Amino acid sequence: MFPAEFDYERAASVSEALALLDEHADADVEILAGGHSLVPAMKNRGREPDVVVDLDVPALDAVNALDDRTVVGALTTYATLVDSGAVRSTVPLVAEAASEVGDTQIRNRGTIGGNLAAAHPGADLPAAVLASDATILLRNRDGKREVGATDFFRGDGETAVERGELLTGVRVPHADDGGFAYARKTHPATGYAMVGVAAVVETGGGGGGDDGSEGVVSSARVAATGAVDRAVRLPSVEDSLVDEPLDAATIDAAASEATDDIDTGRLRSDAHASGEFRGELLETYVGRALETAADRAAGDTPTA
Amino acid sequence: MSTHEISLTVDGTTEDLTVESRTLLVHALRDDLGYTAPNVGCESGKCGACTVEMDGDAVKSCTILAVQADGSDVTTAAGYADDGLDPVQRAFHDEHGLQCGYCTPGMLATTHQLLDENREPTRAEIRRALKGNVCRCTGYESIVDAVETAAERLRAADADGERPTGDGPADPPEPGAED
Ligand SMILES: Cc1cc2nc3c(=O)[nH]c(=O)nc-3n(C[C@H](O)[C@H](O)[C@H](O)COP(=O)(O)OP(=O)(O)OC[C@H]3O[C@@H](n4cnc5c(N)ncnc54)[C@H](O)[C@@H]3O)c2cc1C
Ligand code: FES
Ligand code: FES
Repeated sequence: MFPAEFDYERAASVSEALALLDEHADADVEILAGGHSLVPAMKNRGREPDVVVDLDVPALDAVNALDDRTVVGALTTYATLVDSGAVRSTVPLVAEAASEVGDTQIRNRGTIGGNLAAAHPGADLPAAVLASDATILLRNRDGKREVGATDFFRGDGETAVERGELLTGVRVPHADDGGFAYARKTHPATGYAMVGVAAVVETGGGGGGDDGSEGVVSSARVAATGAVDRAVRLPSVEDSLVDEPLDAATIDAAASEATDDIDTGRLRSDAHASGEFRGELLETYVGRALETAADRAAGDTPTA
Repeated sequence: MSTHEISLTVDGTTEDLTVESRTLLVHALRDDLGYTAPNVGCESGKCGACTVEMDGDAVKSCTILAVQADGSDVTTAAGYADDGLDPVQRAFHDEHGLQCGYCTPGMLATTHQLLDENREPTRAEIRRALKGNVCRCTGYESIVDAVETAAERLRAADADGERPTGDGPADPPEPGAED
């Protein structure tokens, strides 16, 4: 298996990449990052672009941790996200989700930008950026554009990235004190998530005490991948957590709302799992993610 | 369709060649250059038989364009052997970490990255590291044994300040030998 013929162009900078996209505006162009979605798709002839623009831009392979936010360049690989002390200490959910992607070899090549742009319905990073309330950074010939994670994912393989536009990075705000977790069930055939749940729970009030008075939830963001055609936030789950103590009863009640915001007809179904089963998995994995987040909020579990 | 002149190092040898843009790294290595250690298994990025080290990272060479490897340093499983088997290859041999051997070149490449990063992996860490390398023969136990044995020998050699040869007990290092 090998791709159909195409022209290959290498861009060494963002402006070079934008110029190439402009130059080939009339052609069927694909951007190449880690290539671990695009090359398989070209090999099975699902994609037959005329031109491939390879991003070989060191400036986009960078992590910049600031006081209240961390900016991750689009070409940062999963392996770098997992290994980076700055990512692990400031936005650990992103590191944890990246550590679940595929396998060693895939994590060495695949990039956060490619993962978000490819928008596979079972991809891991979309859930993490949604639960982190991150902002996707884009560049086009007219300048910069920013899109909040909640507006970014539009469907299976569909995102807010427009033709001629480049995803340059992701800005991830740092969470307040509390806990986080990414929990997923791996699809046995594809290796992607059958269902994956990312959670960030901030506990403003009270400490995780011995008396069981775990901190009261001041805000919560919970996002799911794999369940429907795109990664989504689960507002009913989030709402049922806020102002409650982060204990087993709250978590059970929140998990039971897992499919409340999802039109069950939209649940994905394949040979391995019916939509109904995915709905049940979703409830289980919301519970697991929240349990780990609660343990971490109480300081019982080391962070990623 | 564009063609490209690329230059890369394979197992220590500099190779210059012309590839089509669509040529996959595994085909450039095997068909154009004759490095047949990486095997082609699933052709879809899942089995890991085609794994090589590229600039120190284990990668699946069926899912990389040859032109993307321009300028890089590639090590195939055959490249680890020096005069005899290297310690990882020797451990796979000693522990029966292979049967048909189809998966072995990929296993060796991923194991090398693992042991470069972690000289004392647990069995769980070994299994996690080798998740992207499928073996249809061994049932994995003997592969995990082999990686543990390789790690043990490399640690012993680290402690002795020796470069392990893998071929039986190491000879005393020659004065002024590398490493
Ligand atoms: C066997 C296998 C198992 C996998 N398992 C998982 C898994 O468990 N979880 C998971 O999340 N993923 C998984 N993946 C997918 C992998 O994570 C890909 O790396 C990822 O989806 C795409 O990232 P990439 O850098 O490889 O992008 P590429 O494949 O290079 O690009 C993908 C698409 O995104 C667009 N694109 C890429 N970068 C940009 C950019 N900067 N700006 C604009 N557009 C861009 C391109 O149009 C391209 O078509 C798996 C892949 C394989 C082969
Ligand atoms: S042949 Fe490359 S992963 Fe199977
Ligand atoms: S030894 Fe036969 S596939 Fe592993």
